[in-house]
Amino acid sequence: MNLEEWQITAFTAWVAALSTLGILPFGLATAWCLARGDWPGKSLVETLVAMPLVMPPVATGLILLDVMGRRGWLGGWLHDSLGFDVAFTWRAVWMALGVMSFPLLVRSARVAFEQVDPRLEKMAGTLGAGPWRVFVSITLPLAGRGILAGVLLAFARALGEFGATIMVAGNIPGKTTTLALAIFEHVQLGEDAAAERLLAVSVALAFSSVWFGQWLMRRQRFDS
Amino acid sequence: MKLIFSQVKLTLGAFILRVEAELSGPVIALCGPSGSGKTSLLELIAGWRRPERGVIQLDDTTLTNTFSSIQIPLRHRRIGYVPQDLGLFSHLTVRQNMLYGQGRHGGGTLETSRTWSFEQVANVLEVESLAERRVWQLSRGEQQRVCLGRALLAGPRLLLLDEPLSNLDRDLKIKILGHLKQVREIFGIPMIHVTHDDEEAEGLGGPVLHMRSGSLDVA
Repeated sequence: MNLEEWQITAFTAWVAALSTLGILPFGLATAWCLARGDWPGKSLVETLVAMPLVMPPVATGLILLDVMGRRGWLGGWLHDSLGFDVAFTWRAVWMALGVMSFPLLVRSARVAFEQVDPRLEKMAGTLGAGPWRVFVSITLPLAGRGILAGVLLAFARALGEFGATIMVAGNIPGKTTTLALAIFEHVQLGEDAAAERLLAVSVALAFSSVWFGQWLMRRQRFDS
Repeated sequence: MKLIFSQVKLTLGAFILRVEAELSGPVIALCGPSGSGKTSLLELIAGWRRPERGVIQLDDTTLTNTFSSIQIPLRHRRIGYVPQDLGLFSHLTVRQNMLYGQGRHGGGTLETSRTWSFEQVANVLEVESLAERRVWQLSRGEQQRVCLGRALLAGPRLLLLDEPLSNLDRDLKIKILGHLKQVREIFGIPMIHVTHDDEEAEGLGGPVLHMRSGSLDVA
């Protein structure tokens, strides 16, 4: 692998990790709300959360571009008032990866929260713990492995994101090129050897993330 | 301890629990067949369930009053609860479980109760040697004692015990009963314990009240 390929690999892993970290608080909050009780609008939120999974990624990318591009309502405002651009920068890559992997994190975390017996949370309350302490000391540790598996799944999904990224961030060498975009470009240009090398890296990264996630889930099942 | 239920009604599907009673004494046994509402009554006191209507008062504190929208949060009730499934925290050690509630009762809705050290409680319940073990590594009888110790260390003003002697063999029953008697004598916390067995109901002394089909017979 040459220096550029290493840089693309490092950039992809870094921005995928950063996007997973960025969606973590929102993903956990959403998953917890969906796992606990019924409330008005719950099915609407469930549907909206699942949308990036079922929509064509380029369509999601186009929505992000419509919102965050310089002519978009939010992107335009950020550009005009703060001189801050999102579209076609690394921030757009970060945002696209986050949006596309969000449903996977929420699904895994929701299942993990649902598996925590609410009676244990009540018991913690009876022992004097407030809601935040119950969440941090009981709910989160008991759902921990499932959440971590969701984090790894979201990270793996982010590593391979293509459609939304190319729409909102483009493929700018040294700026927004990720592994998936680079593989596509190499294939387009007939550079098969480079494409195969990056393919091997992609497979290795995705396989190890998913495998580690599965291993954690299995351990959780055996422990319980 | 004086516990007053006034016009309390709780509906769970087809089952309706109605209680109008005044319970007093250091130890009270609630005896009745499965499905008579014993556990639901304990959960109303603990605050795990909210009645559709009614007032529940413990000494001079109103725990629940649906007519004036009072429902004291679980964490301010200072009620020790040992449910049938024990509700131990599987990710924590025996010591961490037992210390979970110690000194945590904040808010001051109820007056401060006497508290004991981990060593004192662990000594009475004979669980000192288990302190660093995970709770899932313990036998049922040991888990029961840990759960009891955890409830005691939170400094409760009332202890609720749901079938504390069920699912135990005869020797273990005698042992746990001994521990419960010791808890009653040493710590002096009022107790309400429920059981479906008349003999067990009398084991701890105190009046035995019978429950059937969602109502409490107060003699």
